Amino acid sequence: MPEKSFHLDIVTPERLLFSGEVTSVVAPGVKGYFGVMANHQPMIAALSPGVLRVEGAGGGQTVMAVSGGFFEVSDNRAIVLADTAELAQEIDVPRARAAWQRAKDRLMGRLKTDEKLDVDRARAALLRAAARLKAAGQIKDA
Amino acid sequence: MPSLRDIRRKIRTVNNIKQITQAMKMVAAARLKKVQDRVTAGKPYAEKLQELMGYLAPHVTQIQHPLLEVRPIQATGVVVIAGDKGLCGSYNNNIIRRAQQFLNGLTVSEKLLITIGRKSTEFFRKRGYRVHASFPQIGVDAPYAEIKRIADAITGLYLSQTVDEVYIAYTEFVSSLQQRPQVIKFLPIEPPQTETTAGRGTPEGALEYIFEPPAPELLATLLPRYVEQRIYHLLLESVASEFGARMTAMTNATDNAGELIKELTLAANKARQASITKELLEVVSGAEALKG
Repeated sequence: MPEKSFHLDIVTPERLLFSGEVTSVVAPGVKGYFGVMANHQPMIAALSPGVLRVEGAGGGQTVMAVSGGFFEVSDNRAIVLADTAELAQEIDVPRARAAWQRAKDRLMGRLKTDEKLDVDRARAALLRAAARLKAAGQIKDA
Repeated sequence: MPSLRDIRRKIRTVNNIKQITQAMKMVAAARLKKVQDRVTAGKPYAEKLQELMGYLAPHVTQIQHPLLEVRPIQATGVVVIAGDKGLCGSYNNNIIRRAQQFLNGLTVSEKLLITIGRKSTEFFRKRGYRVHASFPQIGVDAPYAEIKRIADAITGLYLSQTVDEVYIAYTEFVSSLQQRPQVIKFLPIEPPQTETTAGRGTPEGALEYIFEPPAPELLATLLPRYVEQRIYHLLLESVASEFGARMTAMTNATDNAGELIKELTLAANKARQASITKELLEVVSGAEALKG
């Protein structure tokens, strides 16, 4: 018997990125990664920047980087509201790497003096860049 | 009476103008389609966001969030969304006039403006309004990040308590033929409607949700996104309105040019006839004179 599937939509403010039947989703929750399979209890969760893995119902895995957003599942319909989402193969690796380096430099150089906002921003940028690189399979751990 | 050559030259000029306005009309139509596609593409996100707010609201009894905070009004911020370019009928004029009217009607002493689009920036700068920040108009393909910058500027103004309320003047897109300038209250956000939660206890709609993190925190992260999304939508709608207005204006201009060409052609033909008649007369009268 094939694994039970459920419907998943992944939307960003700009487009519908993914829509289809899937057997499982692994998403980056704010308190760590979580997995969702069919018949999950209704849930709303906030997402942090990270890698979203989707197992399609017909086999085949889709990997993408999200930079935060929300996840909702109820009645075997799940939806990811991502701030931005990019499929692994769409990711511009050199650019992500440059962004990662830039954010890291900023964090290293400025941590003590500058106001909190900048640090928060740099940290968020670092996380986003790391998520991209990770999704693209460029680094093992962020 | 202008000479035949003058009229012909004029016809050529008008024809050139006609071609340009026709091209602009086509471009505006194509852009409008693109913007509309973008609005449609963003719809699922917008709807779902609204839905999530609805789920969360009943679980949060005391909503406290800086974006919801109602303060006594000492300063008001107004965002005016207009275009960068002219040649779009009265689009810019309408929205600027509407915004100015609204500004003059405000009783608070402190009025701060954020202008989007060169036309509104220039207008309000010239007239000595306090323009806090200005942005160029967003293009059809403007990335979401760019819009986010604008959203941050607007919410920043409110969160830093520089202003105590924010209004947005934008142009509602009714159809490609009709656009309506509007001013809406934007911040503080009206608390999400709890749509008569008291009425229904726990029937069908009230699923037992797991919240991760707890509902109040979740709502706090949701609100800024909601604000961003609304601004995104208002900006796109204004852009759509502009292209609609431009399309109409350019259609009219093209029609007028066609009309003018018709009239000028008639005048040219008349002038040509007149000159032929004159020449004939000269030849005939010359021949008559020789016979004499």
